[in-house]
Amino acid sequence: MSVELTHYLIVGAILFSIGLYVALAKRNVVGILMGIELMFNAVNLTFIAFSRFVESPQPINGHVFVIFIITVAAAEAAVALALAMVVYRNRSTIDIDQINLLRW
Amino acid sequence: MLFLAHWWDLRDLGNPVAQFLEVLNDHGPGWLPYVASALIGCVAIVLFLVPSQMVIVWAERRLIGRIQARRGPNRTGPWGIFQTIADTVKLLAKEAITTRHVDRWVFWLAPILIFIPGILVFAVVPFGEGMVLADLNVGVLFLAAVGSVNVIIVFMAGWSSNNKYALLGAMREVSMLISYEIPQVLTLLGVVIFTNTMSLSGVVHWQDHYNTWLIFLQPLALVIYFISASVEINRSPTDIAEAESEIVAGYHTEYSGIKFGFFYAGEYFAGFAIAAVMTALYLGGWTFWGLEEWVPGWMIFLGKLYLLFWLFIWARGTLPRLRADQLMAFSWKFLLPLTLVNIFVGGLEVLLWQENDLSAGVVLPVFAVVNVALAVGLSVAWARFLGHARPDLRPRRALLVKELGAIVYGQEF
Amino acid sequence: MDDTGTVVAFWILTIVTLGSALSVVIVRNLLHAVLSLILSFVGVAGLYITLSADFVAVAQVLIYAGAISVLILFAMMLTPRTARDNAETFLQGPALMLAGLTAATIAGVAAATDWSEATRGPFATTAEAIGEALLNRYVLPFEIASVVLLVAMVGAIVLVRED
Repeated sequence: MSVELTHYLIVGAILFSIGLYVALAKRNVVGILMGIELMFNAVNLTFIAFSRFVESPQPINGHVFVIFIITVAAAEAAVALALAMVVYRNRSTIDIDQINLLRW
Repeated sequence: MLFLAHWWDLRDLGNPVAQFLEVLNDHGPGWLPYVASALIGCVAIVLFLVPSQMVIVWAERRLIGRIQARRGPNRTGPWGIFQTIADTVKLLAKEAITTRHVDRWVFWLAPILIFIPGILVFAVVPFGEGMVLADLNVGVLFLAAVGSVNVIIVFMAGWSSNNKYALLGAMREVSMLISYEIPQVLTLLGVVIFTNTMSLSGVVHWQDHYNTWLIFLQPLALVIYFISASVEINRSPTDIAEAESEIVAGYHTEYSGIKFGFFYAGEYFAGFAIAAVMTALYLGGWTFWGLEEWVPGWMIFLGKLYLLFWLFIWARGTLPRLRADQLMAFSWKFLLPLTLVNIFVGGLEVLLWQENDLSAGVVLPVFAVVNVALAVGLSVAWARFLGHARPDLRPRRALLVKELGAIVYGQEF
Repeated sequence: MDDTGTVVAFWILTIVTLGSALSVVIVRNLLHAVLSLILSFVGVAGLYITLSADFVAVAQVLIYAGAISVLILFAMMLTPRTARDNAETFLQGPALMLAGLTAATIAGVAAATDWSEATRGPFATTAEAIGEALLNRYVLPFEIASVVLLVAMVGAIVLVRED
């Protein structure tokens, strides 16, 4: 029994779809943010798996890209939570079913 | 290095272990030596930590007693040496109360997980030449990563207790921890700039090769790491999370019995971990300019570790507790700019050294002198600039309260 | 990668990661969901180590489990007590279908492709190579990432300020 690239890609796919479900179906804004972070993790895992297994002239590119994704994810989490705070302050709810002023 | 490979040569504790593993290799399946060596390493670390902690708790109470002009415990045996055992038995016999509306899983998990950062650090610390459990290539970053998990565990303990004071203690603790994480990581970076390697045994080998200790080349980094790391483990003067006189007992208010014992022991394990890191990175680890051919390297290492822990005990007995906002202002306004300047100066020095290919024997003493002068000068200048080190705040004798302008009750005015 | 240790580690870490990701979906308490998320971050870091990506694994623990988790915990404290039950919206069914189809598509394509170029060996050390790449080839994205962090920090503070 050996572990090949396919195993890591399937793990990444399942993790991505779980993150997608959480991001689409949770009522709490914090829950949606958790789904987005899961999706980031799945993508990072796929990048690292490809960088490890596939021949390329610059194999470290995958790792560099993942470092950038982690950085931008941190920045985006901070801004998303600041937005959640402001929305809570103005609408006194954090339930996205009720933050629906833009709905037609 | 005169390491003879006999199994009774205890200067390298790996020798008896290697003999045992060879015996296992001859008589067992192929994967057995690997698993056995990992297990022996883990058991050895725990066997070092637990008796050390029991002795050091007694030593701390005696020493703090002497600092406070009183004797420490002296009832439970000659010089009170059974005090720790008495404390442990008392904690085990106490009822471990679980309050009614706590979050059960999280409440039970928090005291168990509090050990993890303290013990994990010992996996990368070299006790002697080749006596590392896992010689990671990114050991220094691993230390920072493991220390940052502490924040979550403290928050878990405070939140699940269903208690306002516990939550308040946990929030103060979290704010303090995240403030001091940055100076901690940046001072570790100062070490890596000089040694060009992030593995701790590589740093010790660098110090052995250049016959110097990094304390002479990065004195400011050592002091800042000492301060930030002692904040990270909630020791006085920075134990606002468990300030007994302020918020009952902070994040471990609701924990009684052996669960509180776990928090207490975890604090000492983390203290040992930080002392071990400082020894390995700044004080040369197991090297002592040639003494390690007769005295085992791990004995030198442990001696330095306990000496650093004595500094922690001294600070706890002497300094009063800082307020939460004073602590955070100290980290962000004072320590962070100093660490950034330290990295800049360190990088400049290494660049000058490498680009001009100078010999280390000439260049390193110059750097040491420059760095020590800069450390002292910068700290004093920055403190004066921020308005902290005013001469009138350093009195030569004890001042009466009414000389400082406060009102004394009962005074006619 | 067919030595026993790596295979055992891969399966244990996969079960931990996917199990904790599933429990983010299933548990009815927001704090437990956040703690499961932190466990999944640590699991993914373990998977990075099986892929010999040591620097990225330690960076993942440091940033995700150390800093972003604290952010999410602080945000969780803001939510009112009534909304801490980790409920789903009315779009639960379509979201489930979409997630299932995404997983099936990506996993199906990954399993059906012939990865015969997947022949590299493990990295020896990655930290030095990452450092060189970040400061030689990718210095411009590196500097822009630091500006992004600065802008995010300032933006978050300005948004939350109370005047």
